[in-house]
Amino acid sequence: MSTVTAYPTGGQFLLEDTAPADIFTPEDFDETQRMIVDTVREFIGRSVTPHREEFEFGKKVELGKTMLQEAGRAGLLSVDIPEVYGGMGSDKATTMLVTEVIAWSGSFSCWHGAQTGIGTLPIVYFGTKEQKEKYLPKLATGELVSAYALSEPGAGTDALAARTTAVLNAGKTHYLLNGTKQYITNAGLADVFIVFAKVDGENFTAFIVDRDSPGLSIGPEEKKMGIKGSSTCAVILEDAQIPVANVLGEIGRGHVVAFNILNVGRFKLGAGTVGGCKVALEHAVPYVKQRQQFGRPLSDFGLIRAKIADIAARTFVSESMVYRTAGLMDQAIATLDRDAEDFDRQIIDKVEEFTIECSMIKVFATESLALAAEEGLQMLGGYGFCEDYPLEQIYRDERINRIFEGTNEINRMLVPGMILRKALKKELPFFAAAKRVADDLLGPPAFEEAGEPGFLEEEARLVAAMKRSCVAALGFAAQKHGENIKDQQEILSDAADMVMETYACESGLLRALKKASAGGEESARLMADMLTLYIHDAMDRVAIWGRNVLAQSAEGDELRTMMTGLRRLAKHVPVNRARLHDAIAGRVVEAGRYTV
Amino acid sequence: MKIIVCVKRVPDSESRVNAAADRKSIDTQGVKFVLNPYDEFAIEEALRLKEAAGDGSVTVMTLGGDDSKETLRSALAMGADEAVLLKGQTSIDGLGTAEKLAEGIRGREYDLILFGKQAIDDDNLQVPAMVAELLELPCATVVVELQVADGRATAKREVEGGHEVVEFALPGVVAAQKGLNEPRYASLKGIMMAKKKPLEEVDVGDAESRLELIEVTNPPERSAGEIVGEGPEAVPELVRKLREQAKVL
Repeated sequence: MSTVTAYPTGGQFLLEDTAPADIFTPEDFDETQRMIVDTVREFIGRSVTPHREEFEFGKKVELGKTMLQEAGRAGLLSVDIPEVYGGMGSDKATTMLVTEVIAWSGSFSCWHGAQTGIGTLPIVYFGTKEQKEKYLPKLATGELVSAYALSEPGAGTDALAARTTAVLNAGKTHYLLNGTKQYITNAGLADVFIVFAKVDGENFTAFIVDRDSPGLSIGPEEKKMGIKGSSTCAVILEDAQIPVANVLGEIGRGHVVAFNILNVGRFKLGAGTVGGCKVALEHAVPYVKQRQQFGRPLSDFGLIRAKIADIAARTFVSESMVYRTAGLMDQAIATLDRDAEDFDRQIIDKVEEFTIECSMIKVFATESLALAAEEGLQMLGGYGFCEDYPLEQIYRDERINRIFEGTNEINRMLVPGMILRKALKKELPFFAAAKRVADDLLGPPAFEEAGEPGFLEEEARLVAAMKRSCVAALGFAAQKHGENIKDQQEILSDAADMVMETYACESGLLRALKKASAGGEESARLMADMLTLYIHDAMDRVAIWGRNVLAQSAEGDELRTMMTGLRRLAKHVPVNRARLHDAIAGRVVEAGRYTV
Repeated sequence: MKIIVCVKRVPDSESRVNAAADRKSIDTQGVKFVLNPYDEFAIEEALRLKEAAGDGSVTVMTLGGDDSKETLRSALAMGADEAVLLKGQTSIDGLGTAEKLAEGIRGREYDLILFGKQAIDDDNLQVPAMVAELLELPCATVVVELQVADGRATAKREVEGGHEVVEFALPGVVAAQKGLNEPRYASLKGIMMAKKKPLEEVDVGDAESRLELIEVTNPPERSAGEIVGEGPEAVPELVRKLREQAKVL
């Protein structure tokens, strides 16, 4: 049986070319989506920003609940909820757009993410009709606040090591849950929790747990480094009585709920952190325009311009990969029958096909925000270190993104792990491609055309080289280590970085090409400059990671031969970074914010 | 209660607007267009009056091109029931625009016509009063409070240094000032519903102009400030400069 589908599946980008016209980009948003953005901004301006002081610095986390209710009135909690249950049943691109703009609300984005993503989607995708009817309309309005309770003191990254148990009572009416859930976002004010527990100590299962269940209590607020306006508490279950009707999904299939939902959570976090990058620039750029030293604004200085351009370029490729992936999911979901009874359940199966992309986006975009926060703060100098300026908060808040929704380390493990798994299941013809690339690399070098490359031609060549480097290195390592590759964490991490850079660069490339074909090359000049700036260093990084993968997989002549091939792929004439920095920063400084 | 609200598509006040190369218009490249902010007060007031009355309709109307449909849909997303696009170009001459609007309104049923007190692009402040005149209706401009009961309206107007309260029989024209209310913003549901609401298009042709546009220019670049000195010893020099150079003392 062929697994060929009418739409590209996850990871396929690595093995095949994609036409620019086939990807979704932020330039494709329509009037409705622009209006939605205005609504999100209005909501933040009216309901969140005026409370910043007490919310972010005054320990008044309870304000989050009121804000959620106001967001509910504006419709901002219902984007992913099916229309029959009071939602909008929107596409993923719109969901990601809302998530991105919510980033302007600081800690409220945690409230919003926990509510609309991991707190609501388990019921959307896995709930029974009765469960959906009971909970979704109230989650859509914010009348109910929800939380997702998976982590435990002894089960963080290793979520399946959970020790919370569920035992059916004698009357077979209730499960009795025992255990402690830890670091639960929204817990302090949540009305309903998605709790994972092992039925009879074995069968990992999801439950919908109401706050007023007998035996449930909430721990004190954690004293956190950042996202101080968000609520984070333990949830303690002591013979907590949960009606059997509140089992979510099948008994023993809790991991399907947990991992699928985390997958969406990761994607949304990626979108949110892209918004975060823009927020950082929106505060840092006007500052350096106005701040004078040596008689000139800081924005005139080369090193400041370099920071602005580096953040902008990284934001551009991150944003490109987020919306490209949303488009891929929407394409896949569009093949489903909307009237099918299990339509919602099928959506999550389609989303699952893009696990590789979700993990990549989570890692890549959260690390983009790390750069934006770090360098954005630096641009403000001493002021950046003071609470009065927003970069201080952005810097603290950013840190958690690389930890929650699956650490960046475990997500790095997942990227090559999933590629190889899809290869073994013959969903991706990865090994055949790896063999072809290896044969090419070991063969005589191809004749290289001289002459000046055209618009984005060199960048397209580099993307192709990156893809081949990924396939060659990961294919080689998989062949050498066989099944044991799953224990070679450094190989997996390096391979993940290679694949992520490749996806990011290709997404940026295709977006710039799409823009150029619609509005001419000049209209895509800034995009092209950002991509050129980014891709040259990315190619070098890919080569280094590739080298490290190879060196952990072979030695002697074999290693030398493979290295020769890899070096040949990675060869490129460097670009003048300072010139590109200057051109990009010029545009960003003029706009006073991120722009394309 | 049937209410017509006349609106306009204008550049966002947060967009940087520059004169176009021909110096006869503005360069629209990269400029975001929005519903005129004063019109939001008018729409909000219309929606509140309709909600208070428990029945009726709010119709938004504009004179403009196809791109004005987006503006109308913004108003529909706020909660207006239907929209009318009078297809034709507005004029820098307020009377030309008012004539087209009056033409579009004639023959429709209404109790009240609401406007924003001015469009923030041309800043003419002419159209509401001119439409009232053309339709032979009473008109209250710069209104910060409005009550409607038993076929009569009471409007509180802002005047220099205070307020003025006027009363008139409906139908009539009211032009909204900031402070009349706090306009709601569109909910996501409103945005989705807006797409399904009726949007009527009527060809009315371009508005006539009795004014000729000579030139559109940017404001002059502001020259850099000057630091005269520091502390009390700088004061005499500052006073001298304010008197002799700036001539403000």
